[in-house]
Amino acid sequence: MENYVYIALFAPLVGSLFAALFGDKPKTLITGVVTSFLLFVSWFASIRLLGYVGENTIVHVKMMDWIAAGNFNIDFGFVADQVSVIMMVTVTTVSTLVHIYSIGYMDHDKSFNRYFSYLSAFVFSMMILVMSDNFLGLFIGWEGVGLCSWLLIGFWYHKEDVSTSVNPAISPAYAANEAFIMNRIADLGMLIGIFMIYWNLGSLEYDTVFANIGSLSTGTITLIGIFLFIGAMGKSAQFPLHTWLANAMEGPTPVSALIHAATMVTAGVYLVVRSNEIYALIPNVGYFIACVGAFVAVFAASMALVNMELKRIIAYSTLSQLGYMFVAAGLGAYWIALFHLMAHAFFKSVLFLGAGNVMHAMDDEKYINKMGGLSKVMPWTMGIMTIASLALAGIWPFAGFFSKDKILETAFSSHHYFLWFMLWIGAGMTAYYSFRLIMVVFFGKENYKKDGKHPHEAYPYVIAAMLPLAVLAVIAGFFEEPFVEYVTAILPEYEPHVSSGTFMFLLVVTLGIALSGIALAVIKFSKGNFDEFFKKIGVHRVLINQYFIPDFYQKAICEPYGKLSEMAWKKIDMKIVDATVDFIAGFIYKTGDKARAMQTGNLSTNLKWMTLGLILLLAAIFIRPGM
Amino acid sequence: MEAIAFYLFSIITIGMFLIVVFSKNALYAMSALAGGMIVISGFFFLLDADFLGVVQIIVYTGAVMALYAFGMMFFDTTKDVKENIKETKIIYGLWIAAGILIIVMVSAPFISDKLMLDASISHYTVIGANNPQAVGIFLFTKYLVQFELAAVMLLVAMIAGIILVSKKMDVSLTTTIDQEVEKEEFHQKDAK
Amino acid sequence: MITLTHYLVLSAILFSIGLVGVIRRKNLLLLFFSTEIMLNAVNIGFAAISKFYGDLTGQMFSFFIIAVAASEVAVGLGLLVLWYKRNGTIDLESMQEMKG
Repeated sequence: MENYVYIALFAPLVGSLFAALFGDKPKTLITGVVTSFLLFVSWFASIRLLGYVGENTIVHVKMMDWIAAGNFNIDFGFVADQVSVIMMVTVTTVSTLVHIYSIGYMDHDKSFNRYFSYLSAFVFSMMILVMSDNFLGLFIGWEGVGLCSWLLIGFWYHKEDVSTSVNPAISPAYAANEAFIMNRIADLGMLIGIFMIYWNLGSLEYDTVFANIGSLSTGTITLIGIFLFIGAMGKSAQFPLHTWLANAMEGPTPVSALIHAATMVTAGVYLVVRSNEIYALIPNVGYFIACVGAFVAVFAASMALVNMELKRIIAYSTLSQLGYMFVAAGLGAYWIALFHLMAHAFFKSVLFLGAGNVMHAMDDEKYINKMGGLSKVMPWTMGIMTIASLALAGIWPFAGFFSKDKILETAFSSHHYFLWFMLWIGAGMTAYYSFRLIMVVFFGKENYKKDGKHPHEAYPYVIAAMLPLAVLAVIAGFFEEPFVEYVTAILPEYEPHVSSGTFMFLLVVTLGIALSGIALAVIKFSKGNFDEFFKKIGVHRVLINQYFIPDFYQKAICEPYGKLSEMAWKKIDMKIVDATVDFIAGFIYKTGDKARAMQTGNLSTNLKWMTLGLILLLAAIFIRPGM
Repeated sequence: MEAIAFYLFSIITIGMFLIVVFSKNALYAMSALAGGMIVISGFFFLLDADFLGVVQIIVYTGAVMALYAFGMMFFDTTKDVKENIKETKIIYGLWIAAGILIIVMVSAPFISDKLMLDASISHYTVIGANNPQAVGIFLFTKYLVQFELAAVMLLVAMIAGIILVSKKMDVSLTTTIDQEVEKEEFHQKDAK
Repeated sequence: MITLTHYLVLSAILFSIGLVGVIRRKNLLLLFFSTEIMLNAVNIGFAAISKFYGDLTGQMFSFFIIAVAASEVAVGLGLLVLWYKRNGTIDLESMQEMKG
């Protein structure tokens, strides 16, 4: 069984290294096939572990000693318990299918091999993150996914920078840097949290930490919880560190599907779920997390209402759903958060993959108003994306219904009515913008004919790669019962307690707003959606500029910091540090120059110097203190 | 008696050597050097180093000074040597410093009575022989290796001197003369 | 009473006279003269110590110094002749080819 852990962990690494051998060569199909196959192997190992890990059988392996410095001992240890196995299965499922999809998507790209190397490296880092049994291993995986995300967002780094009015993300290289730096800022918080854990408890392994966390003062635990959550905020793009996620759409679409839908952004949720024993002791911080989550849910959904870029809408949708997950985690319903994470991974990734199909067919066009009427030429994609959108909107019997409904129940039953209300509005908005997307892209006037494009359906094997995810998006909801049983061996059991009457009421109300959102999108579509309405009431400009937050960051943070750096460079570095070094060098040089005058080549001068030396030597010997 | 001789000799020597160092005329300098050498050999006789004194006269005053005289003839330095000496202060400063230092160095132990003639050091001396005999015994027994090495060195110096100065060393004079003599005889035979 | 000190002081005076000659002279031949003075001064010193210690080693030393000085003069003059043939002068000021 332990071998399965190693196989699941290292198969993607082998794939990545294999693809790296071909890094600078033009496209070779073998890299795509081999890496996909290795990921399939990893998926298979994860499934085996899923079957094996049960009530009392957790697989815990210690690969090797890592740091043994005095009192500080950290091993490379990996654990496959219920939570991590669920994550492993989710990650490998989506990853394998995305790899196969990418073979078709990156067909014409000349950096084909490099792409697969990065993608497999990302999966490897994510596996380290979810399988590690101590906070430091988690952090290594954390940084690894941040790095691979940077590599993949900036995959087309040769694209030039443009101004923000042309493209809010400026360029792939800029977006990659923005993502990495924002994550770094959040990582500082997480590091402080980890330091505090070590400082107070002397160990970083989950078992030890969670067993002893109760012995600390509430203030300490609160601080630890807050700092760890700051790290999660960066990785899962919660407000105020959210601007990078929408700009991360500059990367290839399969990257968005894998990283910014299913895996990396859920690492923050995983952290909170894994540390549930810490957060269980500080319900105030949990409430704060839930508030942030609810705010982000509505905030992001509002920006998606008017946006005109295909992938950005889906990105804001991811942001919004992450908010839902944090609400659940914050209120103590950890298994519900995990469940929504899993379901969301399936339907969101397939939504991205469908969007990738559309973009590929439209020659990388990203504005939805240039598309339209694509359902005639791309029926399969339309069907899959519609299923995914239904799941996202939370319509029975698709997966999103069960998970989202549970979250709303949780909010209601714990008497946080305002939170429930915000989530409820968010559900409506989600339904609206998802179907606005579907309608504008697939139905209506065929605007693409004006630009002379000839879209066609994607390759059959690409569609075949998307189908399992679509199927899972449909049926995942029905696995709720076994899921609960499986996971609550580790996570606390939580059942929202509502009377059956309230339960039905909530169900109806939630379903109602979702359906009405869809209806609004479909009906209003012929009249240009609500865009005109929004423009009339003046919020359109605010929403389309993302509440001007990126501009605010640029003016308030980036530019002053840039000026500070420039001053530090010109005044301090060049004038002081460089001057000192140059002075030392110049001093030695001038001394040598002056000493050169000794070498006149004149024998007489040499003899004089010799005599002087003789006198000095004799004086040194002869005139000694105490003589 | 000894004191008078010592002081007389020392004054003459110092005077001579001052002429060597400060004179403008090279001929005067050379002559003064030769004179100084002879007086120094007088010192050696005062010090019971008979053999050394004789060697000093023969080698130094005879051979070395002769060499210098030939050299002077070659270089045409009979005319006044034009020397513009700059930095006189430096020279005199160094000179006085060096001189004082060395004199103080060698006299300090004796003046302060710190040096005791150590009688336990083994002295190499021969009892009952006069100086040349003692020198001979030492030279050929104890310092034999040094003696032979010095001889080799003198040989090398002589050869070096010849090679440095003579022209056309690639032609052997003796065989050339033989060939020329043969040719003459040959011609003479023909002529007859 | 002439003690060892007297001889040593004399030797030191002669040595410094030779030293100032070495520093001062610009003509190479005269420089060699000054070197001879220094060697002789040292010889006196050795001989004096040899007498006052009753040890014959000092005289041996002097003897070898004389031998060395003689050969040095031979080779030195040979080199000087060569230089004179090439450059026409043996003035020190003109020999500054190694000016660095």
